[in-house]
Amino acid sequence: MTNSWTDIKNTDLVVIMGGNAAEAHPCGFKWVTEAKANRGAKLIVVDPRFTRSAAVADMYAPIRQGTDIAFLLGVIKYCIENDKVQWEYTKAFTNAPYIVKEGFGYQDGLFTGYDETKRDYDRSTWEYELGDDGYVKSDIDHPRSVWNLLKKHVSIYTPELVERICGTPKDKFTKICEMIAETSSPTKTMTSMYALGWTQHSKGSQNIRTMAMLQLILGNIGVRGGGMNALRGHSNIQGLTDLGLMSNLIPGYLTIPTEKEPTLDAYMSTRGFKPMRPNQMSYWQNYKKFMVSFLKSMWGDAATADNSFAYDWLPKLDVPGYDVLRAFELMHQGKMNGYFCQGFNPLLSFPNRKKITAALSKLKFLVIMDPLDTETSRFWENHGDFNDVDTAKIQTEVIQLPSTCFAEDTGSLTNSGRQLHWHWAGGMPPGEAKKDAWIMAQIYTRLKALYQKEGGAVPEPIVNLDWRYKDPGEPSPEELAKEMNGSATEDIADPNDPTKIVLAKGKQVVSFAALRDDGKTACGCWIYSGCFNEAGNNMARRDNKDPDDTGAFPNWAWSWPVNRRIIYNRASADTNGNPWDPSRKLLWWDGAKWTGYDVPDIIPTGKPNEVGPFIMNPEGTARLFARGMMRDGPFPAHYEPFEAPIANVIAPKIRGNPVARVFKGDLEQFGDAKEFPYAATSYRLTEHFHFWTKHVQINASLQPEFFVEIGEDLAKEKGIKSGSWVRVWSKRGSVKAKAVVTKRIRTLTCDGKAVHIVGIPLHWGFMGRAKMGFGPNSLTPYVGDANIETPEYKAFLVDIEPIAGPVA
Amino acid sequence: MNMELSRRRFMVGASAGLAGTTLGALGFGELEQAYAIAIRPFKLTNTTETRNTCTYCAVGCGIIMYSHGDLKKGEKSEIFHIEGDADHPTNRGTLCPKGAALLDMVHAETRLKYPMVRKPGSDKFERVSWEVALDRIARLMKDDRDKNFIAKNSDGVTVNRWLSTGFLAASATTNETAWATYKVVRSAGMLAFDNQARV
Amino acid sequence: MFPPLPNPTVQPTPAVFGEQDLIRRSASSVPAPARQLTPMAKLIDVSKCIGCKACQAACLEWNDLRQEVGSNVGVYDNPSDLTPDSLTVMRFTEWVNPETQNLEWLIRKDGCMHCADPGCLKACPAPGAIVQYSNGIVDFVHENCIGCGYCIKGCPFNIPRISKVDNKAYKCTLCSDRVAVGQGPACQKACPTQAIVFGTKDDMKKWADARITDLKSRGYKNAGLYDPPGVDGTHVMYVLQHADQPQIYAGLPANPRISLIVEVWKGVTKYAGLAAMAGMAIFGALHYLVTGPNNVSPDEEEKAKHLAGGPAS
Repeated sequence: MTNSWTDIKNTDLVVIMGGNAAEAHPCGFKWVTEAKANRGAKLIVVDPRFTRSAAVADMYAPIRQGTDIAFLLGVIKYCIENDKVQWEYTKAFTNAPYIVKEGFGYQDGLFTGYDETKRDYDRSTWEYELGDDGYVKSDIDHPRSVWNLLKKHVSIYTPELVERICGTPKDKFTKICEMIAETSSPTKTMTSMYALGWTQHSKGSQNIRTMAMLQLILGNIGVRGGGMNALRGHSNIQGLTDLGLMSNLIPGYLTIPTEKEPTLDAYMSTRGFKPMRPNQMSYWQNYKKFMVSFLKSMWGDAATADNSFAYDWLPKLDVPGYDVLRAFELMHQGKMNGYFCQGFNPLLSFPNRKKITAALSKLKFLVIMDPLDTETSRFWENHGDFNDVDTAKIQTEVIQLPSTCFAEDTGSLTNSGRQLHWHWAGGMPPGEAKKDAWIMAQIYTRLKALYQKEGGAVPEPIVNLDWRYKDPGEPSPEELAKEMNGSATEDIADPNDPTKIVLAKGKQVVSFAALRDDGKTACGCWIYSGCFNEAGNNMARRDNKDPDDTGAFPNWAWSWPVNRRIIYNRASADTNGNPWDPSRKLLWWDGAKWTGYDVPDIIPTGKPNEVGPFIMNPEGTARLFARGMMRDGPFPAHYEPFEAPIANVIAPKIRGNPVARVFKGDLEQFGDAKEFPYAATSYRLTEHFHFWTKHVQINASLQPEFFVEIGEDLAKEKGIKSGSWVRVWSKRGSVKAKAVVTKRIRTLTCDGKAVHIVGIPLHWGFMGRAKMGFGPNSLTPYVGDANIETPEYKAFLVDIEPIAGPVA
Repeated sequence: MNMELSRRRFMVGASAGLAGTTLGALGFGELEQAYAIAIRPFKLTNTTETRNTCTYCAVGCGIIMYSHGDLKKGEKSEIFHIEGDADHPTNRGTLCPKGAALLDMVHAETRLKYPMVRKPGSDKFERVSWEVALDRIARLMKDDRDKNFIAKNSDGVTVNRWLSTGFLAASATTNETAWATYKVVRSAGMLAFDNQARV
Repeated sequence: MFPPLPNPTVQPTPAVFGEQDLIRRSASSVPAPARQLTPMAKLIDVSKCIGCKACQAACLEWNDLRQEVGSNVGVYDNPSDLTPDSLTVMRFTEWVNPETQNLEWLIRKDGCMHCADPGCLKACPAPGAIVQYSNGIVDFVHENCIGCGYCIKGCPFNIPRISKVDNKAYKCTLCSDRVAVGQGPACQKACPTQAIVFGTKDDMKKWADARITDLKSRGYKNAGLYDPPGVDGTHVMYVLQHADQPQIYAGLPANPRISLIVEVWKGVTKYAGLAAMAGMAIFGALHYLVTGPNNVSPDEEEKAKHLAGGPAS
């Protein structure tokens, strides 16, 4: 989230699209009801289903899953044509005026540079034109300005085309355009609340980008009550992402080197961007300080200037990343031997369950660390229809380790609003269950001892890992938190007075501003620097005062970066530094520096008419045109899901996202609308949390049994009664479920064709207290988003038929 | 309407009801006891409070766990109730249907209690000690890493990667556990490393 | 935002009300209390309810009750009706507004309304099994319950349920144990959107007024408060978007009243204990009318007599 949960109360308009906040985040949704009650805010819900968010909305419109980009580009077109643009913001704070290189174009659904055999683009034309001074040329009236290119790009998305693609009735779409366009006023804001309804598509990243672009031209980024608010699904998924527990990441959104970057210098040559416009901060110029401090926190004294701070010991990528789809593809090919699942249930989480089962069956060993008895840990066990495997043939050794749950562990979690909250253990683990940190330390110390004793393949990164904890067998949460914050590894002198020590060896750095690229500081995660400094554990702060009721709560817990509550907050003031909305002040220029309710997201003395608000971009502005940074286009374009009930009406020959990666073998497993006529989608229900709460007695009773939801038309057509049994199948698998027949799912008309939607919730399996059932992953296709490989869970094709129920 | 006033009125109303008398202070006759039983004694009295955060979604609701026994004092502790923390700015004491039932997660029948091993081809888990389980894991890791570690690619560039073993990290663990996990996984050279960000 | 009540204290806290505040006691009389407590109420704003069932979960957890795992019967309502364990359930209605043709998903939290004129209490033949306090809480005293089921017949909202385990009637207590120490009910505390608020009945009515004004500004011209006069008002009230049609909310009665039979019966029980009436013809007649033949076993009647302090015959 760019903003925080409590900031939502400041909004005038909430758009829930690509998510279902009332069901998945009820207590965060509270702030929507507060905005409605106190500010008269309106709520718009756009969803294939009339959800429990829609139940309290002022405006609901149906949309066919996987067509959000067409809808949103249609809204952008409406705003541009009706002059509903926050012009001063758009001209000053976005790249709208910049000139794009000659040669860039878009035709028949493709941008310049497409190579069909590689399923990839040559992106060299997706770039700005530079002037003789080396800076980007800027002229909004130029025919190749980003603005003019955008205008042209969105021009085809008329309300008629939107209705034809999305199935959204034109009158509802237009009404929504009007409501959204009102927030182009500098004194009106809109917030976007989205989640996996936007990410789990083969063009998920572009779904989000399209809304971000709309928010930028409306001037709704960096302001109170505005923003792009990704509602993260797990209690610490934000933290794990921040800390880089992903294939290609280093903590703080640094990236793992590729094998084309054999040295630290080579690695740095493509990072640490220089400003592309005069006076811009281009904050990544500090990249090396964060990187070297990270390497120091990994390998301590063994990371020296002489060995480039042990840069060699970091693994180097040969492909963009070993995301889970690639990992299970390799496993399926028999190329992986071992796998660890720490609080993770891939048998139900990853697409095409048959493939997942086959892949796990090829492992030599599988290690499970979990508080609960998961389906994955018992993937080898036969549970009849619900897990029909040949146990004896599965040669995988499975080691299941009991871990603690939240109630028995101490430490911090990062919420969706980037706030790190400390919590305390209050209960005792059952039996011999152990904390995850203990388990990791025990595994590590044993592995290290084996390498010290036996030697082996490149033992250096393991035996030299900085593990100087009081008890190496169990690092304490405080020790680990301090390490993330960072400290001085040597005395650091005042650059102006070398006799004066500004930070003594061993002291915590105050924030990432103190980090260095010479090895004198170590810091596990630069964006977390400040969480546990010499002032103490800032994550444990519990002062809930909120001066002037802005919703910032600046002294409650700690927010990254540097306790900033709304990022890009400099954009809340105009080019002279005065708040756009005097009734909703956030930050302002007092003539000499930035001041206000939040920590400025800009150098405090950066003059308002010189330094742009988007300091992480070398342009200093936000990008309506993404340059070459997105694999599938500098502008979003409508693509159908890989399995869609109709062809792409803009470019009928293109199936799915033209650059999404498809593994051999998975392509043949895509179904078409002739064989599988119904458009399916998957989602959470408010009564459950993923595959956990089916183990919880109370939640099991609140939503006991797997079901699928269909509309009344399809039910009538197929002779399906509510509460009766159905079979639903795709090209990849089949499930049996109870049917819930509802008015909340309606038949859509897309490209002249009736489209029936089948809704499939995801909470059931064969372990726990709830009735045994299936998940949507028995049916979903094995393909991910073109940029970050999020599986396409939200749009696929199925067939459905009534069946007799199981014999009691 | 000023609801601060309203609340004050509520508190006054409630305290007016105190009237200097309590259930405990009353001498009950047999029949009177039957009346009073209707109101259950307040079950949180004289218990221990511990502040924590809900383990489910990323709203990060503040919770208070009520236990018999205080872990911080070195006592045995049994959590018997979990309620929203009204002091928390985000949730203000509220909880969703998952959060309101957290107690049943803590005490779920299917909580794991002991390390177990399922041998290749076997149809059952068998209990083992932590020592056996951890030693076995370290051995399996080392054998696979030693056999399949790629120190240099075909161009002779140092790549130090281990692709034949992967790790899925838990997005409900603490940042501190995540950092420890990161160090262990990356120092071993693993690249098939991921979390629940996409699912 | 309705200001949240402070967290409960774990320090021993005197109860703010008790049996000295009883204003009614089934099948028996109570002395007039020396004081009148401020009437309290729970306000359920259907227009803010997201049907998340946090109230159901919190109710089960706080009251140490667990609902058995049922099955899906084609709707979101689970369990599909109130039970001796589930003292509150969400009732979901898909309603197409004939004026706008828009679908509205009406979600009503069902449970005891804590009527000012409680039909259950009036119908109850077991002395002291149902009591009413001057703050409005109607509570069941299970030790005195004989499981006859008259309370269900007496209830205009069809709320109490008889347990098959101990053959006693159960319903929401308004978390009398929490209210006694200055807390709101567990459902109210949990409710994520503050669709449930709790306070003095006067404050709840004022709060409801503000909500109704907001709803009218959003086009719900018939938005209003449900505080039915037929039972002298309730201590659980609803804000409804369409208060002119309560019945569209899963059959919420438009004008709930205690049945005439129970009113007559009440006249008798008010002045005489069950034991005194055991032989009266009216008991037999009422018994038949209210519950149908042979619903109360002789055993239960014996038990009732015993509880009432009468001869065990």
